[in-house]
Amino acid sequence: MTTTPFRIGFLPLVDAALPILARELGFAEAEGISLELIRDISWATVNDRLLYGHSDAAHLLAPLAIATTLGLGRPATPLSVPFVLGLNGNAITLRPDLAAQVTAVGAPGDVAAIGARLAIVAQAARERGTPLRFGVVHRYSSHNYMLRYWLIGCGIDPDADVAIVTVAPPFAADALAAGEIDGICVGEPWNSVAVDRGVGVIVAVTSQIWLRGVEKVLAMRTARMEENPDLTHRLLRALYRAGVAFVDPARREDIAAILAGPAYLDGSATLIGHAISDRIVFAQGAAPIDVPDFMFQHREAANFPWVSQAAWLYAQMTIAGHVPANATSYDAAQRVFRPDVYRAALRPLGVPLPGASSKLEGGIIEALGVGTTQGRLILGADRFFDARSFDPADLAGYLGGF
Amino acid sequence: MRIAIVDESAARAAVIEEGLRDAGLSDVTIFVDRRGIAARLEALSPDVVLINLANPHRDELEELLALSKAMARPVAMFVDQSDVAGIEAAIDAGVSAYVVDGLKKERIRPILELAIRRFRAYSRLRTELDEARSALAERKAIDEAKALLMKKRGIDEPAAYAALRKAAMDSGRRIGDVADAIVTANRLMGDL
Repeated sequence: MTTTPFRIGFLPLVDAALPILARELGFAEAEGISLELIRDISWATVNDRLLYGHSDAAHLLAPLAIATTLGLGRPATPLSVPFVLGLNGNAITLRPDLAAQVTAVGAPGDVAAIGARLAIVAQAARERGTPLRFGVVHRYSSHNYMLRYWLIGCGIDPDADVAIVTVAPPFAADALAAGEIDGICVGEPWNSVAVDRGVGVIVAVTSQIWLRGVEKVLAMRTARMEENPDLTHRLLRALYRAGVAFVDPARREDIAAILAGPAYLDGSATLIGHAISDRIVFAQGAAPIDVPDFMFQHREAANFPWVSQAAWLYAQMTIAGHVPANATSYDAAQRVFRPDVYRAALRPLGVPLPGASSKLEGGIIEALGVGTTQGRLILGADRFFDARSFDPADLAGYLGGF
Repeated sequence: MRIAIVDESAARAAVIEEGLRDAGLSDVTIFVDRRGIAARLEALSPDVVLINLANPHRDELEELLALSKAMARPVAMFVDQSDVAGIEAAIDAGVSAYVVDGLKKERIRPILELAIRRFRAYSRLRTELDEARSALAERKAIDEAKALLMKKRGIDEPAAYAALRKAAMDSGRRIGDVADAIVTANRLMGDL
């Protein structure tokens, strides 16, 4: 059988797992795809390669796919997201001395209470003329929006009370150690690396802020995706099977070893294993703690690109002042997520396919069966820490609440 | 035209700067150290920022530029969007640029083309230098291996070299690799 070459750009993060496993465990090959993975250090470079045809798809920050489609910082290029690579998997890590002032070091706590204590420290720091500095991995990242959402919900103005700067993931621990930043919201394994070095303490994981927060996505140029639907479909099936493997407890060690390889994360399989097994070490020397749903890569149709997830991100982008809210750009942002392509690709596998394309985000309090076009699907609770919910049909009402 | 070059390699930045100066563009500032770059860029207020594509701090720089008051609405670009060959050349060479929105593309094009040529020339230089270095290292390993063979087997230099060559041919490896293996083994084994 001849195979079709296909290139995916990625950053060395645990949530690049599905494309890596699609290649390493042979799922891509079984679909007739010869997958090549291109590692970069900055999202700017991953994005450039995607836009200018050096890659066919990219492991990308969901908001960056929207920003690129809307032409923020780059000439507007329509991107599409036919598959979500995972939910959550990030954490907020603070300098150890700062963490000690806001949380019981070494274990997860109530993020609203931690945030309330942080608000007091942040206010004092601001009055001293040295506002707290937080790092996020990119201006248009879920990390930035999730951190801002938490700060706002705890009474901290992310623009006036603190400073938020960009720090690339591999430099997170160094920036904390050097005192360049007081805290960072970053993906794994970089929180664990900071904890392991004793330069940071995890005070919250992003799943505590939004239990089902959309994270990395598979992004493609829309034109590229649509010119060969069959190839796109085969790729999505390979990624789906990689997701099945990812959540198989029996394969955890093998998967950590694969991801730790020199061509991928080039790091410690032990630290990478923390995220894969949802067992997080919150502080140096502390025992690992089971954090259910820390990283959510497969179950409950986690890979389904809900249009309402794109809508939520757009709402956060407007609250941050990154894009002025209007009907045209709201529509364009929502059209980036392509549940139609997901359904077409995965229908032959007989897997559960949601019937709706949009939902009330944060509206599920207890596990709930939802309508499907095939299979049976139960969605778990998806609450936000502040109990707010987001109705994509009422953007103005939502924004009015901020 | 005010140009900033951001590159963690001072040598490469100098090669590009020289090219720009030769082309009559003298208002060029190099940034090698990323610390304090925000304030310094803001003070400089460049029309064009050239940066190596693989620079690990590009996301930080894009954030700075997005917030910049000095540089009006800078956009990442490679020549212009219609010039596909130009874009590919830029990416292949490993150079990217941020340009003040609205700057005429006929003014940008020669700068980027020059940057691309200089980036390529620099890569070529590096490759040649690396090759020269490894050739030198290889010759050293061969000399050392020959000396070992001469001493331990009591043979002369041509015979030692012939032995190396035969081992290389028999095992399908390069003479340099065989020599390297002998030297390494000798270090490990000591006087055994």
